[in-house]
Amino acid sequence: MKIDIKRTNETVTYDIPFKSTTLLQALYHIKNHEENSLTFSSNCRSGICGTCAIRVNGKEVLACATMCGDGDLLEPLQYHEVQRDLKVNKQKARETLKTSMAWLQESKDTEIQEEQVSLTEKQSDCILCDSCYSACPVLEVNPNFIGPFALTRVYRYTADPRESDIKTPIDAIQTNGIWDCTLCGECTTVCPQGIDPKMDITMLRATSAQFGYSDPNFQAMDFGFGGGF
Amino acid sequence: MVDILIIGSGGAGLSSALSAKQHGATVKVISKAYPTASQTSMAQGGINASLGNVTPDSTTSHIEDTIKSAHGLCDKEMVRWMCEDASSTIAWLERLGVPFDRTPNSKIAQRQLGGASSKRACYAQDYTGLKILHTLYDNCLKEGIEMIEEYMLLNLIVEEKVVLGATFLDIVRGEVQEIRANATIIATGGYGAIYKNFTTNSEGATGDGVASILRAGGELSDMEFVQFHPTALKGSSILISESARGEGGYLVNSKGERFIDELLSRDIVARAIASQIAQGEEVFLDVRHLGEEKLLKLMPQEVHLCKLHEGIDPATEIIPIKPVAHYTMGGIDVNSHLEVSKLKNCYAVGECSNAKLHGANRLGGNSLLEIVSLGRVAGKNAVEFLSQYTNKTESSTQLKVDQDYIDELFEEYPWELNFYDLQNELGEKFYNHVGIVRDNNQLNNTLNELRVIKASLDDMGIGDKNRENNSNLVEFLQFINMLEIGEVVIDSALIRDESRGAHFKEAFPNEEDKIYKAHSIFWIEDNALQNRLLKVTV
Repeated sequence: MKIDIKRTNETVTYDIPFKSTTLLQALYHIKNHEENSLTFSSNCRSGICGTCAIRVNGKEVLACATMCGDGDLLEPLQYHEVQRDLKVNKQKARETLKTSMAWLQESKDTEIQEEQVSLTEKQSDCILCDSCYSACPVLEVNPNFIGPFALTRVYRYTADPRESDIKTPIDAIQTNGIWDCTLCGECTTVCPQGIDPKMDITMLRATSAQFGYSDPNFQAMDFGFGGGF
Repeated sequence: MVDILIIGSGGAGLSSALSAKQHGATVKVISKAYPTASQTSMAQGGINASLGNVTPDSTTSHIEDTIKSAHGLCDKEMVRWMCEDASSTIAWLERLGVPFDRTPNSKIAQRQLGGASSKRACYAQDYTGLKILHTLYDNCLKEGIEMIEEYMLLNLIVEEKVVLGATFLDIVRGEVQEIRANATIIATGGYGAIYKNFTTNSEGATGDGVASILRAGGELSDMEFVQFHPTALKGSSILISESARGEGGYLVNSKGERFIDELLSRDIVARAIASQIAQGEEVFLDVRHLGEEKLLKLMPQEVHLCKLHEGIDPATEIIPIKPVAHYTMGGIDVNSHLEVSKLKNCYAVGECSNAKLHGANRLGGNSLLEIVSLGRVAGKNAVEFLSQYTNKTESSTQLKVDQDYIDELFEEYPWELNFYDLQNELGEKFYNHVGIVRDNNQLNNTLNELRVIKASLDDMGIGDKNRENNSNLVEFLQFINMLEIGEVVIDSALIRDESRGAHFKEAFPNEEDKIYKAHSIFWIEDNALQNRLLKVTV
């Protein structure tokens, strides 16, 4: 089969002499036998280290966890600095974890029920592959948007029974955060771990309301009534 | 200058960083990839602590099980210390926010792993390592710990046996840099990637730290002990966690017969499977009787991996498996303070080290415990001894030497031999001849072949001549590390004419305590590998 790879300066077509292979194996075949300079990131081969996310035919996938199809177009993630070929710099995206303070603020001793763990079980499956970040259309218009994975992580900790300071992270995600999301659900579609950041953002909006925050977009709208009544 | 340089950002590196910071030191964590990409993310089964939340348990039982599995090669004091510390390690992880599964009465859930006399492994579904690693990472961000990504360790900077820091390849820029520190902690992981295509390990598990210690004049020990995990997917070597057997999965051959107690320790189960395969049988893991609902709850990751890599649905089909290299017990020789033998101001912790906990065979659930428990100790010890360190500002030629070498790779190495092909060949040879069952003739042959490859390094080099983001260069440097370590692995296996734990020779099927109840120690002196056996006394 043939695949196209968007490299730094051009899109190149390669022959893959296998009937069935993962995208990662196809990339390694090219690198090891045809073109040593082909550059991409990978590590665990098992879909757990989050390193090998790329875009295939416009959709984010893990290269190690996706079968290669004839005519596939492989591209680097969006909204990341492309360092070379399919390799991107994830540092800017990682900064969103700091901006949003996505950690347990103040841990208290408390009994945790079985079902409370289940509540955020999925959210803590996140492997930081950045697929959701690349798929998020808000980043196209607002590069400072905190983005899906950091917000999911904030939700995971705010919903943790051990957290005794929910307000700090809620305060941290008001600007360039939960209200910028359009709830389009692209993040949910591409997550290889089946996480639903859109739902988590919705939950965070509800928690924010409890702290007196409201949707600034809604406040800004006047629906043409002119506010005259 | 930073107080403590931590090389490696898996569970061991991040635990030691948090601990060193907590004890008042400035810390810098360096990693070859992004911190959350480390091998720790792949640990599935659990982390041992004798909490007795599900079945009765005691620290004494945990110690006994660990010592039994180690086949006489552990330091009983170290084992005792770690097992006693286990409950406070779990409590620490709890405080940091690790989402452990719970029992119906709200205690941390625990499951049975092979070789354990009780349900001892605390878990978070089959994502235990992932969730511990990410929680540690989140806490490092919270504490403002400086983490430098995409720096590959080249060499330690050593003057008169004192480690002053290290040199790194800045992968993004393609430049060689040095980082100095008062103390250095090596937490770079194991060397399972030598068994390329026959290991559950990630591509980056190339023993960079272990090789750097060997070059720096430190000592390595028990390098022949490589644990083979009984159940990896046959085609892709992807790990199927021990929890599949812990929860009641069967191992069956082509005739559908069970041939071994699935919960015996990994070395015994791996050998039983290898023996079936040698007799022409195929071996399968059968978890169909557990039912789809239970499988999806307990091991969602496994179900997904089976479907993806083998096209098998474990709820309705048997899973073809083979044993592959999984964990390297040997590594950088350290004392009970985790200081590297023969070097000063240098510590090693985690899979890269040999703290004499696992001996000839590691118990499932003890590696996650080691990296967190001893990771914290390494950080604390490095800080405690900070005031004693001297020799802080010596100049060194290491940076220049490494810069020149990298320049040479770009300018002079011809790329006449494809090292990727040789790496694949070597991986297969290690699996077949330095694997589950060993034979001195085959070991010698493999050693000769490895030396031929080593001697022809000058004909290899890199095809990609771009300086920036050159993964071809990184992979070649890793290959060199694996060749250097691989030689020690074979040499160590050669001098041990007995069978013990994961090291099995058909011609010498018994444990020979008189000579070999001893650690095999290797180091470089006068440009040659030297070795001795150090009798176990404790």
